[in-house]
Amino acid sequence: MIDVPVPSSRPRSDNRSTAGRRLLGLHTWLTYIFLYAPIVILVLFSFTTDTFGVRWTGFTLDWYLRLARDTRMINATINTLWVALVATIISTVCGTLLALAMERYRFRGRNGMDALLYLPIVIPEIVMALALLAFFSFAFGLLESLTGIKLRMNIWTVIVSHVAFCISFVVVVVRASLKGFDMRLEEAAADLGANPQTIFWRITLPLIMPGVIGGALLAFTLSLDDFIISFFTVGPGTNLLPVEVYGRVKRAITPSINAISTIMLLVSMGLVFLSQFVQRQRD
Amino acid sequence: MTNASAVVLQQVTKRFQNVTAVDAIDLDIRDGEFFSMLGPSGCGKTTTLRMIAGFEFPSAGVISLDGVHVEKIPAHLRNVNTVFQSYALFPHMTVAENIAFGLEMKNFSRADIKPRVDAALAMVQLANYGARRPKQLSGGQQQRVALARALVNRPKVLLLDEPLGALDLKLRKEMQIELKRLQQEVGITFIYVTHDQEEALTMSDRIAVMNQGKLLQVGSPTEIYERPSSRFVADFIGEANFIEGHVTEIGSPYCTVRASNGLELKGILQGTSPVGTAVTIAIRPEKLRLTVQAPDNVFTLAAKVEQVVYIGSDTRLTVRLSDTITLDVWEQNNRSTLDRDAYWQRDEAGFVTWNPDNALILTA
Repeated sequence: MIDVPVPSSRPRSDNRSTAGRRLLGLHTWLTYIFLYAPIVILVLFSFTTDTFGVRWTGFTLDWYLRLARDTRMINATINTLWVALVATIISTVCGTLLALAMERYRFRGRNGMDALLYLPIVIPEIVMALALLAFFSFAFGLLESLTGIKLRMNIWTVIVSHVAFCISFVVVVVRASLKGFDMRLEEAAADLGANPQTIFWRITLPLIMPGVIGGALLAFTLSLDDFIISFFTVGPGTNLLPVEVYGRVKRAITPSINAISTIMLLVSMGLVFLSQFVQRQRD
Repeated sequence: MTNASAVVLQQVTKRFQNVTAVDAIDLDIRDGEFFSMLGPSGCGKTTTLRMIAGFEFPSAGVISLDGVHVEKIPAHLRNVNTVFQSYALFPHMTVAENIAFGLEMKNFSRADIKPRVDAALAMVQLANYGARRPKQLSGGQQQRVALARALVNRPKVLLLDEPLGALDLKLRKEMQIELKRLQQEVGITFIYVTHDQEEALTMSDRIAVMNQGKLLQVGSPTEIYERPSSRFVADFIGEANFIEGHVTEIGSPYCTVRASNGLELKGILQGTSPVGTAVTIAIRPEKLRLTVQAPDNVFTLAAKVEQVVYIGSDTRLTVRLSDTITLDVWEQNNRSTLDRDAYWQRDEAGFVTWNPDNALILTA
C-alpha cells in the first residue's frame, strides 16, 4: 500500500460552506416571506374581530359563520363549482382524445394544431377574454339576424370559455403521460384478441389514467380560480365567486372577503397537491 | 407431426415509403416446426414476423395461416400469438391477469380460465407467482410469463421476436433448451426471429437466412452450415475462409477454380457458374488440417504459420499460403500429446490439407 498525500482542503471548505450555508438559509427565508407573507396576512385577517380586516383586534370565526348565511355568496360558489365541474368533464374528455390523436397519428394540419394548442397557455388572459367576448357577440348577432333567436351570455358561455382554455392544459398533461407509453402493450393486447375498443378501455386508459386525472384536477383548479375570462363572458344575472369577490372588494374589504379567499386558497391548494400526488403515482 | 403447412408466404413484400423492408419472400412453414428467421438487424426478419402477426400489412403478396388468407385480417382476429422482445407484459395487471387476458378476450368463463392459467404458470415453472406484478419479477421470469400468456391460448402458431435478447448469456442458454422442450411438449409451430446464429442452430428444425429484405436460403441447421448457398450465408453462419477466383473447369463431382494467385483448387459447385465466372471458395476453418509432413496422395499446399492461439479445446492458427491468401485453421486438440502435429509456433512451415467435398464454390 502506498500512502497518497491528500490535499488538506476539507476544514477550510467547511468554514466557507458554513458562512455560505447561512447566507443561503437567509435567502431562502426571505424568498418564502416574499412569496407567502401576503397569503399568511390574508388568512390571519380572516379571523380578526376588526370590521375592516386590517388590524388584529382579537380572534373570531364570525366571518366564516356569516359566509354560511350569505346566500349571494353561496349562490356564486355553487355557480362556480358547476362551471368548473362541467368545464372539467368536457375539457378532460376532449383533451384526452386530442392528446391521443396528436401522439398517435400523423395527419394533415397536425403541426399547426400542435402550435395552436399552446396558444391559450401563452397568450395574455385578457386577450383571450376579449376574443371570447367578441366571438360570442358576433355569433349571437349572426344567429339573431339569421333565425331571430335571441341569445345572451350566461353560465354556459362561461363554461364554453373555460373549456376553451382548459383543453390546452389537459392536452399538455395527458401527452406527457403518453410519451412514456409502450406501444407494444397495445400490440400485445391486439395479439391476444382484444379489439381496438377493448384495448382502449382495458390497456391504454388505465395506464394513462394518472395523467388524465392530473389534467382534470388542473383544469378544475384553473376554472375555479379564473377571474378575467369569467368576468368578460358571464353576462349579467349570473354570479360567479371570483367576480363576486371582486365586486365586493371594490366597495370595501371586509374579513368576509378574507374568509372566502382563504377557503378558495385551501381548495385550490388541495387540488394541486392531489394532482401532483396522482401524477407521481405513475412511477 | 404432419407435413401440412402452418404458414405460407407467397411473394410477400413490405415497403415503408421508399424503403423495401421485405422483398418478395416465399416461405412454407410446416405444422409443428421450430422455424427460425435469422439475419443481421434491418434484414426484414422482424417485419416479416409482424406481418404474420397482423401488426403490419404486406404491400403485396399473400399470407396464409392454416390454409386461410389472412394478409388483410387485423392482429386481434388471427389465431397466432406473439412473444415480444420487451415482453410487453401489462404492468397494471398481475401475472395471472396477464395470462388470463387472451382467454377473457375469447369469452372463456371464469371457471374455465382459472385452471388454464394455473396450468400455464406450472408449465413455465412459476406456479406460485400468479398474484405478483410483472415488475416484481426478474427478466427471465417475465420472459416465462410472456411465454405462458401466449401459449395459454393454444395458438396455431407462436411468434417469437428475439425473446431472449434481453437476458444474460447463461440464462439465455437455459431458456434456449427450455423453449425447445416446451415447443416439443405443446407441438405448436414456433417462428423464431433472431440475429444470433448459435441460437438458431441450437433450437431450429429449419432456418431461413435473410439479408436486405431478401430470403437467401432455407434449410436445416446442417444444410445451412455445411452447404451455404451464398457467400453471405457462409460468412454470417459460423466462420469461413474465402478464396476468390474464376471457374476453369466444370467437372463431376468437383469443379476447378483458379485462385487470384494462380493456384488451382477443387471444390463442389453450389448453383450454376459456367467456366470463366468469378466465384468464391468457402472452407470452414475446422475442415482444414495442418501437418508437418505433406500427406501422401492428396491435394495439399505448403503454408507458413503466422499466428497461434491456443484456447484449450482448440488451437486456432492463421497460416499464409501466398502474398494474398491466408487461411484460418482450427485444430481440435484430440491428438496424442506426443504428436508433433499438435504443437505449432510462429513462422513454422507446414502443409494445409482439406477434403474438396468441404470446399464450396459460391457465386461471388
